[in-house]
Amino acid sequence: MMCDECGSAKAVIHLTQIVNDEMKTVHLCEKCAAAKGLETEGGTENFPLSDFLAQMGEQESTAVPDVVRKDACSFCQLTFAEFRESGRLGCPHCYASFEPHLRGLLRRIHGSTQHVGKVYLPPDPTQTELERRLQVLRRKLRRAVEKEDFERAAEIRDQIRAMEPAGGGD
Amino acid sequence: MDDLSTIADFGLGWLDASGDHSEIVLSTRVRLARNLQGHAFGARARLNDRKAVLGKMHEIVPRVSGLRETTIRDLPKMEPRTRRILLERRLVSRDLVGENGDGPQTGTAVVLSHRDPVSLMVNEEDHLRLQTLLSGLRLQEGWGLLDQLDEELGRELSYAYHHEFGFLTSCPTNVGTGLRASVLVHLPALVLTKEIGKVLQGLSQVGLTFRGLYGEGSEVVGNFFQLSNQTTLGKSEEDLVDHLDKIVRQVIQYELQARQVLLRDAAGVTEDKIWRAYGLLRHARSLSFEELMNLLSGVRLGASLKLLPGLRVYSLNKVMIFTQPAHLEEAAGRELPPSECDAHRAAYVRRILSTEGVLSPEVDPSEDDSPEDRAG
Repeated sequence: MMCDECGSAKAVIHLTQIVNDEMKTVHLCEKCAAAKGLETEGGTENFPLSDFLAQMGEQESTAVPDVVRKDACSFCQLTFAEFRESGRLGCPHCYASFEPHLRGLLRRIHGSTQHVGKVYLPPDPTQTELERRLQVLRRKLRRAVEKEDFERAAEIRDQIRAMEPAGGGD
Repeated sequence: MDDLSTIADFGLGWLDASGDHSEIVLSTRVRLARNLQGHAFGARARLNDRKAVLGKMHEIVPRVSGLRETTIRDLPKMEPRTRRILLERRLVSRDLVGENGDGPQTGTAVVLSHRDPVSLMVNEEDHLRLQTLLSGLRLQEGWGLLDQLDEELGRELSYAYHHEFGFLTSCPTNVGTGLRASVLVHLPALVLTKEIGKVLQGLSQVGLTFRGLYGEGSEVVGNFFQLSNQTTLGKSEEDLVDHLDKIVRQVIQYELQARQVLLRDAAGVTEDKIWRAYGLLRHARSLSFEELMNLLSGVRLGASLKLLPGLRVYSLNKVMIFTQPAHLEEAAGRELPPSECDAHRAAYVRRILSTEGVLSPEVDPSEDDSPEDRAG
């Protein structure tokens, strides 16, 4: 069976959802599933990081041309080979420099690449960032109320109020 | 600042055996890894990166309300023994004190609170490691404390954050939430009944992992296991914490069941083991730390099963900390070679057990015979 989304790769994830009382099954390939934030089961089994990195190394040698492998982070000059050896990145910019390689690694380590926890607001946040943060805060508020942790709920409510536009008008 | 007397009781609130299930759960620790934009981190950080991060912290710590009544201490300026004491109290990491190399690196520091169970390491593997250490099982409380502090710090600092990967860390195993929650549990009955293997295996299937007393790379001693989340990305902080809490409570139930099995099927042997451990601790003249931890495990089990009445869990917790080398040296006021250290350790344990517990009326004629006197 091929992927419903791209139609060009084999579907490995079969997602059944109930939308408006109607059951719907979607068949997706790994890539399209990941793009939707879905992960295969068992992605977070016990693993030593070095094994992962070594595995990556094997894939590297066939899939990634030498030029790319020698590429270094433009900020701290760490090379991907150095990262593979130490298991440690050198600076925040490394995540952008090695993004395509890291995505696969992160998926294998964590079973996901998408952060769903706290949303950090940079000094000059975009509208999307503000909305995502509000979403997470509202989720936290619901949880605090469910747990009857009203002190915490009050703190979170204050954080939400501080973000919402005063007066409600745009 | 390097005066040891000012840190005599620093950060030892987690010993007080006050939280949920404190007979089985020694402590709860939650930590967050954070990095600042525009600076290399970990081994890649240059001297000016580390200095800039430390300078920034010196600047903001006094105005962060969550860090009221704290002091920021530069590790390189600290007495080596003070650093080891903080390590033995689990307030700093081996990495930070540079235990395996040439001492702490320039720019390393720790922020210690006189008031709250929070501390902060500066220029460790990540620029900042915020941590809270609480007695008993108190994961949600620990996370709540850190979340608040993190919010405040986040307004003062420019965190390295990526819209997809979340908070960026030196090691990709910490990226996302940067959160590692761990619970230190004492599981002697599961070990004695040989059920522990199944439990530990089960942990890895539910996204958790275990370590020894001193975290990553440390061995399991005295049947103490540190259970923690394995992954940090793809789940919210609350989900990670709640999941660990749920599983730890299950493990506690297994341990309690195993204790009942021991009492039902092997009461004689169990009681004998506990009393032998007590007898050795009560009278030994030399104890290595490992031997102490193993015996203490039996005594702790005995105290919790009420087979050794009158022994407080708090005292047993205290023994674990104050019998470590730097603490013994601090009490002795000088460096101790290993053999002397073992003698001082045994003397400390005898002193605690002679003032507390079932056998206190029994007079031990050699009680005042400290290793110091015999040496002279």
